[in-house]
Amino acid sequence: MRELRIIIWYGLVTLFVVGVLVFPYLASSFILRLAILILYWAYLGQCWNILSGYAGQFSFGHSAYFGLGAYTSTLLLFKWGLNPWIGMFIGGIVAMCGGIFIGFLCFRYRVRGVYFALATLAFAEILRLIAINSAFVRKSMGIQIPLRRVDSWLHFQFETTTIPYYYIILAMVLGSILVVRMIERSKLGYYFKAIHQDEEAAASLGVSLLRYKMVAMGISCFMTALGGTFYAQYFFFIDPDLVFGVEVSIEMLLRPIVGGVGVLWGPLVGALVLTPLSEITRTIIRDPPPFLPFLFPLKGRSGVDLMLYGLIVIFVIIFMQRGIMGLIQNQRRRLEKQTQDEELFA
Amino acid sequence: MALLEVKNVSKSFGGLRALNNVTVELNKGEILAVIGPNGAGKTTLFNIITGYYRPDGGQILFKGKNITGLEPHEKCFRGIGRTFQLVKPFEEMSVFDNVMIGSFNRTRNREDAQRQTQEILDFTGLKERRNKLASELTIVDRKRLELARALATKPEILMLDEVMTGLTPAESDAAQDLVRNIRSNGLTILIIEHVMRAVMRLSDRIIVLHYGEVIANGSPKEISQNERVIEAYLGRGSFA
Repeated sequence: MRELRIIIWYGLVTLFVVGVLVFPYLASSFILRLAILILYWAYLGQCWNILSGYAGQFSFGHSAYFGLGAYTSTLLLFKWGLNPWIGMFIGGIVAMCGGIFIGFLCFRYRVRGVYFALATLAFAEILRLIAINSAFVRKSMGIQIPLRRVDSWLHFQFETTTIPYYYIILAMVLGSILVVRMIERSKLGYYFKAIHQDEEAAASLGVSLLRYKMVAMGISCFMTALGGTFYAQYFFFIDPDLVFGVEVSIEMLLRPIVGGVGVLWGPLVGALVLTPLSEITRTIIRDPPPFLPFLFPLKGRSGVDLMLYGLIVIFVIIFMQRGIMGLIQNQRRRLEKQTQDEELFA
Repeated sequence: MALLEVKNVSKSFGGLRALNNVTVELNKGEILAVIGPNGAGKTTLFNIITGYYRPDGGQILFKGKNITGLEPHEKCFRGIGRTFQLVKPFEEMSVFDNVMIGSFNRTRNREDAQRQTQEILDFTGLKERRNKLASELTIVDRKRLELARALATKPEILMLDEVMTGLTPAESDAAQDLVRNIRSNGLTILIIEHVMRAVMRLSDRIIVLHYGEVIANGSPKEISQNERVIEAYLGRGSFA
């Protein structure tokens, strides 16, 4: 009986893995692009989650590090023809340095909570304004990735197909989950959570607040920048508003907030829920199908999907403060408690 | 040489002198209580020793080394553990994980930390509640957890800020037994208490603070008969 269950379990897992792997060859291009977006936001959400979910330092300006990554690799490619894979890594280092600089300023002078969020927002805005006004990065015209006309894994560029991007971002998501899992199980993860919950108590138990906040910042910013390079290589175009804009920061933090802040699977779950919702409402409102006549007056108007977004976030914040995963965890705890009680009184 | 020496420490908040030239010595292996009425400067002294405040003047020596003005986590690492008067458990962590944070002070290794955490939970009697969230504990157990966490950092000096306050007599007895057990494991203990009765039986020596100054220093018996102490607690002429 038990063996059968294990076999079924392994069977399901194998089926799922195979499904995820062959999926791009079966899906339509719309679905494939949607899947890439889901994974892409899950990845960025996870990066934000390390600093803000685990270590509790709420960043409202992660687009700064995203943009640093995108601009670094793109400029290196555009000006000197450097391979984007190498550029991606260098972008990560640049963003990490930027993050540690801002982190040091904030954490050293005990900038916390809302004020930290504002400082990060300001940093992103400063970078956006610098980019808009620098001829070196072609101001607000943005930079077009030089196209090679040949699909190439070596050069991280595919014009005729999006399938490779799916595998790349899938690998990035798996990597990010693995990294966070490792953090969770190590001293680092315990210290992050301690800082999140009570800084004074953490300090009294030997946790160096400055040091561990900086570590969280460094890891988070490095990983966010990799996402920036992916963006540039996937869409072939960046400009200051697209990569440094506040929209990026907001989209990045919405997934983990809806899915579960400081929870391993939170960003992925949030991305699975929010991304299709936003894409589908956008498509439906742009061109309402005949069976939804009441949507005709909205046809062609932009921003309705954003309003829906706002509503969902308000709902989540009011009714499930720890996101979807938080809800599931509470339920599980309650069940465990119930069975414990039943055993006790049986 | 004393294990911990507080030398001529002063601290003011605005115009208010919270501590004035306070000198305290803590010897290895003793249980020292610092008592005094509300506002006497006990908690200020405590926070200066543990690094939460910086003194305006004076020095703090630990094993002969100057540790004045070090950050709280550095003091913890050197071997001064503390609890908070208003307990500060990590509410959304299990009791086990709360103690784990303390255990990581002396190791990077997860298994080592887990082993030590188990020992501490056994010792402090929290074993049965290890999987509960800290927010689900009663106040007595929260105080126990506070103590367990500080012990897990492997301190040489354990500083307890009003652990007895708010406990019933039976609970207070249990807490006193626990503190004595900790001492017999080789730790030195500094207790801050508002209520005299609780520390009379427990401590080897008592120091009385009043308006930021040390007004008495001696055995519990001497302190209970000291006229200045009685006056400070009850007010001048209340027995007249």
